[in-house]
Amino acid sequence: MTKDPGRSGADARNDAAAAARAAERDRDLSLLLAVLLTLIGIALLGIYWLALNEAEGPRLADLALGLVPRTGVDNPVTAVLLNYRAYDTLMELAVLLAALLGIWSLGPAPAGFQRSGRALAAMVSWVVPLLILAAGYMLWVGGYAPGGAFQAGALLGAAGVIVRLAGDPSAGLPGEHAQRALSVLGVLVFALVGLALLWLGDGFLTYPPSLAKWLILLIESAATLAIGVALAAAYVGGRPATAPASTLASGKAGARTEPTGEGN
Amino acid sequence: MGAQFLFGGVGVVLFVLGLWSFLVHAPLLRKVIALNIMGSGVFHVLIAVAYRGDTAPPDPVPHALVLTGIVVAVSATALALTFGGRLMDMDKDGTDDA
Repeated sequence: MTKDPGRSGADARNDAAAAARAAERDRDLSLLLAVLLTLIGIALLGIYWLALNEAEGPRLADLALGLVPRTGVDNPVTAVLLNYRAYDTLMELAVLLAALLGIWSLGPAPAGFQRSGRALAAMVSWVVPLLILAAGYMLWVGGYAPGGAFQAGALLGAAGVIVRLAGDPSAGLPGEHAQRALSVLGVLVFALVGLALLWLGDGFLTYPPSLAKWLILLIESAATLAIGVALAAAYVGGRPATAPASTLASGKAGARTEPTGEGN
Repeated sequence: MGAQFLFGGVGVVLFVLGLWSFLVHAPLLRKVIALNIMGSGVFHVLIAVAYRGDTAPPDPVPHALVLTGIVVAVSATALALTFGGRLMDMDKDGTDDA
């Protein structure tokens, strides 16, 4: 299209008319979608209602609850996650690791925020140790009550988020090599335990009942660290800075290297 | 039964609302939020399905699935947000160069 001054008024009118038509079409389309989705929602609710009123069929719950004494833990959810469906949990840790690798491969982390004021810094120095303590408690309590590696890892990740919001660009995480090692720790320990059991003749991730508790605790401890590091590093949103040079390259304001060690 | 239907029904409503928002709104951030709302709806349904009456303990299998799903949803969201951020940076660079 050539833009000659004499026709620009007509063009503008045409553009406005086209935009109005497009907006109208979009509105019609979203209305149509709303109607269709309402119908789908009603159908889903009906199916759900029927499923609830159906006579109770065979469920996994009885089997799962019945075998809990042989799993080494007393919390049935932990038994499902770390014993019956340990494969799922291993793959889930792998998904988390893959997401983190994806984030790291997209480039260096954006600059941190400005440093916190005195009040926020004081609050952070109270809250972060408490979060780490709570994470340890969550990890241990997962054996017999709601809790476990994911909850504990989420608390550690939250501690990292708070530290970064308070102005530490690395979210309190250790250096690049330690971060890489910690983030694969969950998958590594999980897979090694599985392979060791396979080698001993029990089958991949089939724990002998006498050792199950300690193996699960070992796996969960490693998974907690890995999940916490992965969540905090995902919040940082980029490859950890190796050398000051790369920080300078990404270099907006506020990116300053500082001693890490909070949060660990 | 009533509370169970209500809890799961809210999940269905959240799922449909999220799906609508995902289809209608163009900005990536809104799509990511909509996907998360859809996921929350699914979690609601799974938790409601685990209920087996006041006397029996809840079914642990759907609970474990929800726990798994939350972590996968969080990591997928983080990856999507990073992608979105990079796309925005690229758009900005493009207009700066032109």
